[in-house]
Amino acid sequence: MIQRLEGLNQNALRELDAIKDTPTLEQWRIRYLGRKSELTGMLRGLADLPLEERKNAGAFANRIKAGLESAFEQKNGALKAESQSQVLRTGEAEAAHGDITLPGRPCPSGRLHPIMETYREICDIFVSLGFQIVESNDVELDYYNFEALNIPAEHPARDSMSTFWVDYENDRGERTMLLRTHTTCVSARVIHTMKPPIRVIAPGHVFRYEATDATHLPMFNQVDGLAVDKGITMADLKGVFYEFARRFYGPERRVRFRCDYFPFVEPGVEVAVECAVCHGGGCRLCGSSGWIEIAGAGMTHPKVLERGGIDPNEYTSFAFGIGVDRIPMLRYGIDDMRLFFGNDLRFLKQF
Amino acid sequence: MKVSYNWLKQYVDVKLPAQEIADRLTMAGLEVKGSQTIGGDWEGIVIGQMIAVDKHHNADRLSLVTIDLGGEKQETVVCGAPNCAAGIKVAFAPVGSTLINPHTNQPEKLKPAKIRGVVSAGMACSEKELGVSENHEGILVLPPDAPIGKPLNEYLGDTIFNFEVTPNRPDCLSIIGLAREIAVLTGTNLHLPDLIYPESDRSITQDATVEILDPDLCPRYCASLITGVKIAESPEWLKKWLLSYGMRPINNIVDITNFVMLEWGQPLHAFDFTKLTGRGIVVRRARREEKITSLDGVERQLARDMLVIADKEQAVAVAGIMGGANSEVSDDTTSILLESASFKPTSVHYTGRILGMPSEACVRFERSLSPELTIPALKRATKLIAELGGGQAAKGIIDVYPGKQERKSVRITTAETKRVLGVEFTVDEVAATLNSLGFECQPNVSTGSVIAKAPYWRSDISIPVDLVEEVARVRSYDRIPTTLLAEPIPKHDPAPITGFKRKMRQALAGYGFQEIASYSMVGMDSLTRLSPQSKKPQPLPVRISNPMTIDQEYLRPTLRGNLLAALSVNRAFLEDGLRLFEAGKVYLPKDADLPDEPDMLCGAIAGRRGERWWQGDGEPVDFFDAKGIVEGLLAQFNTTARFDPANDESLHPARQAAVTIGGKQVGVVGELHPAVAGHFELPGGVYLFELNLPALVLHTGFMMYQPIPKFPATIRDIALVVDVTVPHQKIVDIVRAVSLVIDVSLFDVYAGEQVPAGKKSLAYRLTFQSPNRTLTDEEVNRVQQQILNRLVAEVDASLRG
Repeated sequence: MIQRLEGLNQNALRELDAIKDTPTLEQWRIRYLGRKSELTGMLRGLADLPLEERKNAGAFANRIKAGLESAFEQKNGALKAESQSQVLRTGEAEAAHGDITLPGRPCPSGRLHPIMETYREICDIFVSLGFQIVESNDVELDYYNFEALNIPAEHPARDSMSTFWVDYENDRGERTMLLRTHTTCVSARVIHTMKPPIRVIAPGHVFRYEATDATHLPMFNQVDGLAVDKGITMADLKGVFYEFARRFYGPERRVRFRCDYFPFVEPGVEVAVECAVCHGGGCRLCGSSGWIEIAGAGMTHPKVLERGGIDPNEYTSFAFGIGVDRIPMLRYGIDDMRLFFGNDLRFLKQF
Repeated sequence: MKVSYNWLKQYVDVKLPAQEIADRLTMAGLEVKGSQTIGGDWEGIVIGQMIAVDKHHNADRLSLVTIDLGGEKQETVVCGAPNCAAGIKVAFAPVGSTLINPHTNQPEKLKPAKIRGVVSAGMACSEKELGVSENHEGILVLPPDAPIGKPLNEYLGDTIFNFEVTPNRPDCLSIIGLAREIAVLTGTNLHLPDLIYPESDRSITQDATVEILDPDLCPRYCASLITGVKIAESPEWLKKWLLSYGMRPINNIVDITNFVMLEWGQPLHAFDFTKLTGRGIVVRRARREEKITSLDGVERQLARDMLVIADKEQAVAVAGIMGGANSEVSDDTTSILLESASFKPTSVHYTGRILGMPSEACVRFERSLSPELTIPALKRATKLIAELGGGQAAKGIIDVYPGKQERKSVRITTAETKRVLGVEFTVDEVAATLNSLGFECQPNVSTGSVIAKAPYWRSDISIPVDLVEEVARVRSYDRIPTTLLAEPIPKHDPAPITGFKRKMRQALAGYGFQEIASYSMVGMDSLTRLSPQSKKPQPLPVRISNPMTIDQEYLRPTLRGNLLAALSVNRAFLEDGLRLFEAGKVYLPKDADLPDEPDMLCGAIAGRRGERWWQGDGEPVDFFDAKGIVEGLLAQFNTTARFDPANDESLHPARQAAVTIGGKQVGVVGELHPAVAGHFELPGGVYLFELNLPALVLHTGFMMYQPIPKFPATIRDIALVVDVTVPHQKIVDIVRAVSLVIDVSLFDVYAGEQVPAGKKSLAYRLTFQSPNRTLTDEEVNRVQQQILNRLVAEVDASLRG
């Protein structure tokens, strides 16, 4: 009996598996689960068996019946779903718009300028390190741009920062207003106006009287930084830049600190990161040095602090200036700076 | 500054590879910005001597040359150079060596060749083939003492470093200065040239005088006199070093002054002594209207505060800048008065800038050379002139030194190194480092201090941190540890505008706008275009006194010109709709003060509402698109504005509105005036909005939560007929003033059939709601009647049937 049931079950399931349409499924149901089916007949015949055998065979037969019923329901559901989607597909395939490879309805996608985005990336990192953003005038007094930063008139450092002057002379016939040549003048103002502890960054345009070419523009972009407190050291400057470089350029890029000169810091530093193309081996991009300068920095010169009313014997300070424009140039392989201000959408839309 | 490594090696015992030297100097503050290797690819090329030159049996112009390569090795080559001769030493390149092809200028491997039947084992090279010069007239003839068999790159190979010397280190604008640094950084010995020379019996003071009338500009003036000089070509070694620097040799006297300037960093000037009237030098400011003809033959007008070197009558040189033609050394010069002086840097800088004559001398003088440098340089040059020019140096020198200053000592403590660097250097380390740099040191271990007196050439040292830097850079910045700021974060109080600007820009990008960035400098032309009548803006914008170009003469008082120009540049994309904005500063002049620099936001839309698409193109944008953008922006900051008629001349007189919040205008929106659009070569239908961010930010940021209503709202639609001149805003104001009305929205505007002429129909949906109860129909009817009554009374409205 049990053997017969087993054979029946296997046959039924095998047949069910092969069924592809509802009418055949109905025939199957009648054959295996209908009132005149073999299974129903066997269940009826159970009464003739001895008690012990009846118990076992009955349970087994009912289990098989339940199994077949459930398999039928599943198959029935699947066939219905299949036929519904068949109907949906047929309707759509006949419509001209049924081609899902047609372009989607354009959704306006605006973009921010790559230079502005670079500013944001730089500033976000320093803000997370406790620096506050300060913004100041592009037109600046000679005092804050030069004098306050140890660059008096006729200082040779002024030659490397050719200046645009505002058409204005004071009573003594001196030109006092200029377009700032670096954002370090914002740090100078901060030193004169804020009390330590100080941690600020100053993003902004800077201007130099230079002929325009692929790598020089009369207006470009910097982020200057300044920290003043008791106990600030060059090791902190190093730490801040390692952290900045790790987050901005990724953990695998090495950072180099070398001695450099800027009139407003002592000791002075040039910060460079390993060239992403040659990894220090030297290539055209980095001018064969293997390093790409990212910032000028150093410990703020005692005279600069003193001039602003901060006692250099009590406080120490570091300052840095990051060139912004070169960052997207190197990152995206842009070889002509003029593209940034040409505002051609064919360029801007790429970022 | 281009410097030959071989030249440096004349003064310092260093054997390190050139790249290593470049790296160490760069790290210590003397940046090597690239270098050029000479002889890097001279693999296999050796020095040989021509021992026999025979005629080629098959060609008149060619010779068969046997070259001795040392160690009993000989090779025969075919050579066509006119200067082949037995006995000369040459560079022999065997087959397989890489040489520059003189015709293509490209490096090529030397192939085996049979020239007119004779196999050549290689060749004797010209300078051009070796890549050392353009000379291809004949083969390179090496000096007679060149060692036979030695690889050529060991003998002639060199590296030319390109140093970028920072302004604080004028001492390193010299071979000796750089050699000193190399000696310190590599722990090797420095050799300075001998300065002793034979003198005649006759003292210089018997023949020449020097007088300084303006000691404020000339702290020291030294001179020597050499007689019986014969002007000639300089020896090869001297010419070689000048050429390695990129200087053209002229004659022995001029070359020696240049050589010593490069060697020591002290500019010198040689006068033809017999051309100096009165046989004396007077150092003074230029006279009124004084002129001088410089060595290049140009007559130059001098200013009163320029320092000149004069004889008893006239200027013979501009101090530190250039010599005069009237006292120039010429081929028949026999007596030289040699100047080695110290001039005030700012004066030289000023004069050089005004005369527009930057020179090697000028660059050095304007960077604070030490007055002490005058003597060794003068002695070195005098010695060389006597030796190479065959002259006789007078006894002694003239040394007028009114500006002598005692060099001050600076005290550095080990605690200071720790305070500045974050790592402490010991007294021994500090003293040893400073000693190696030529400082005189008094170390004191018990106080942890060193008192140091800088050597004369280090004019940049004046305070303790200067010494801290010296120790750190020589011992390497890599010694400094890396720490993160340990101090508490200072109070954070950023200006609200900073964050506001960023959010505004992001919101606009979300509306599909492309951000642009443009120059702060604009031309007047771009500003007058903003006026339909091409008028200049009033007040005149801030002017730059030295603009690069006429297009960058003014600081922009508005963002509009650049934005419209950008729109114009991209007008090919109008089909798909253009949305551009810029957020940036404008510059508004103030009398005798820094200009105001408010951050403005200016946006423009033009063309279609969306990109062309296969299910139909978007409609052209209109005024209400621009207004909607402004309303949407303001809504993002929980503020609303009034839009009132305005009279901005760049905009269409009837399609513009002033954006007003709290009674203050914060911006404007409107259609670009057709004439202005024309000026920018734009079609009609350009809409512009402009917001003053500092004015606007005052009205943002305050917001209180409103509870979600608990009771249902009642909605009623009404259609009103009013005069066409009645503004919608007026009706809204009337309706909103009635209590229980929480919203009024316009859903239709109609004029035409079924509405009397001169009238329009406006359909509104009114929402009535109470915060504390459900309104009954009667209540709503009453309120609605109240509204209608007011509308009838105030704008003569009637209900449309």
